[in-house]
Amino acid sequence: MSLLRVENLRTYFDTRSGVMKAVDGVDLDVREGKTLGVVGESGSGKSVTALSIMRLIERPGRILPGSHIYFEGKDLAAVSERELEAVRGNRISMVFQEPMTSLNPVHTVGNQIIEGIRLHRRTSARQARERAIELLELVGIPSPERRVDAFPHQMSGGMRQRVMIAMALACEPKLLIADEPTTALDVTIQAQILELLRQLRDRLAMAVILITHDLGVVAEMCDDVAVMYAGEVVERGSVDAIFRSPQHPYTEALLRSIPLLGMTQDEPLNVIPGVVPSALHWPGGCRFAARCSYAFQHCHRQPPALVATRSGFAACWLRGNATERSQRGAATDA
Amino acid sequence: MADAHPTLIDSADRPAVPADEPAANEGGIRFLARPRLRWNLPLAVGAAMVLLSIVLALAAPWLSGHDPLEIADASLSPPSAHYWLGTDQLGRDVLTRILYAARSSLVVACLSAALAFASGTVIGLSAGYASGLVDACLMRLLDILQAFPALLLAIALVAALGPNLPNLVLTMGLLFMPRFARVARASTLSVRERDYIAAAIGLGVSRARTMYRHVLPNIAAPLIVEASLTVTIAVLTEASLSFLGLGVQPPDPTWGGMIAESTSVMALAPWLALSPGFAIVFVVVGFTLMGDGLRDALDPRG
Repeated sequence: MSLLRVENLRTYFDTRSGVMKAVDGVDLDVREGKTLGVVGESGSGKSVTALSIMRLIERPGRILPGSHIYFEGKDLAAVSERELEAVRGNRISMVFQEPMTSLNPVHTVGNQIIEGIRLHRRTSARQARERAIELLELVGIPSPERRVDAFPHQMSGGMRQRVMIAMALACEPKLLIADEPTTALDVTIQAQILELLRQLRDRLAMAVILITHDLGVVAEMCDDVAVMYAGEVVERGSVDAIFRSPQHPYTEALLRSIPLLGMTQDEPLNVIPGVVPSALHWPGGCRFAARCSYAFQHCHRQPPALVATRSGFAACWLRGNATERSQRGAATDA
Repeated sequence: MADAHPTLIDSADRPAVPADEPAANEGGIRFLARPRLRWNLPLAVGAAMVLLSIVLALAAPWLSGHDPLEIADASLSPPSAHYWLGTDQLGRDVLTRILYAARSSLVVACLSAALAFASGTVIGLSAGYASGLVDACLMRLLDILQAFPALLLAIALVAALGPNLPNLVLTMGLLFMPRFARVARASTLSVRERDYIAAAIGLGVSRARTMYRHVLPNIAAPLIVEASLTVTIAVLTEASLSFLGLGVQPPDPTWGGMIAESTSVMALAPWLALSPGFAIVFVVVGFTLMGDGLRDALDPRG
């Protein structure tokens, strides 16, 4: 059962130097109660995808017509702003990357949580406050009845991220989008926050989209994974299958680039040569071709589509996508 | 076996570590405390001067034994024990008139600054938050308003509307409105990009509500500073207008009006011009110091 289905999502930004196609035809599928990891390099469009699902894209960004975001029988790409307000923070919530700047410095954390509760639920101020204290306790903040009146500047980064999570969970959403929730935190706190997210997910039976560039986190936390490259999903499927046998050269290269414990300094790290192309000028053909060690001529000519593979779906001319002719071409190129 | 180089942990005189970090928060007072105003010298002096002016203006009837319109036999009498600052051509007590003039001057200055604050903030906030066409239109309108020399526009408007207190407040409010609109817009433009605004919208807060609940409190500091500085300009403008006969009308006293009346007898009775002049300087310096002090106190980046 899919809870959220994103189809052909395209989010472009009109800039002075041209149209930036930050997200260019993304398909995603989030199953109810399951966790989808979205991985990719910086600039691959992960965060923009997340913001687009919430329709939090501000000018000069725009979601192109033809993009669909199906959630609970509604196409969020098409509903009015007012309908969206009822969904945001209520059915879908988001935890942002930067806990240090994602809380308003002039309001107490309690008031910020209470605001979220009272927007979506008809409760008295007193009940909302009780609920806020419960939530702070739920996310593991010590002495919540006192912390509820604290200002954000009186809290550490890890605590603020816990508060952000409490805010996001205030109305028990069906879907939580966590955009690199641990990037700004130090390693021990990262582990705590991830553990907290995992516990809460199981307890509240919600689905999670976890955006990260840490494949270790994906392996530990996620059921499904979507690998993004240059504004597109290049491979998706279950974590088990894809980590066992990646079907796209980019996924394979990503997995190979993780340093292993016990590696010596003499061994070179497997890096992917080159950089992500600019979103202003995506190359024609397969966008990874220039950095791909398997690329052959046809890769540069025509973009591959996502097709079924034994691990899920991948967009590569080497995986069933290829026509008879280009397969022959591959053979001769090799 | 003692270490050759004992670390801080081992040494007896290591600094005491507070047992528990939230200990200082016992009783919850720290948590409830708003970020406190950092007092500084200009702020304290300025606030004291402003407060003194207001108290003197309010207490005028009790401080002075005279009526501002009371005409004594002795005209142009120099400062004496009976008339502390002397009397004017008609024999009215100058000190009493200065105290009463402070009322109309402060009322006009503060009300017009308040009007400008309120309208300018709404316009600047909307322009900055809406951006695009709305922003461009509003800002060009303000450009037109600001293209006129301020005093000239004030003279023209007051002359057209008629010189009385409500018209003065309206005119000067309009005149000062663009200052607040610009400050509010500029601050809004920077605040709206902050993560917590996106987070609030992501929580389901409507854009209008985000504007007054999340943006407005964060742009308040520069606006408050601007308000304090605008009052000084308002005091000067009011004095200029009443000097020109466009302020509160005689026989009610105004500082500008008193200076105007004194010009013909300047050589005979210099105290007539000096004392209202000093009153103006006192109030202006007070509000300026307060504004400067507030800027330092509210804006950590200086």
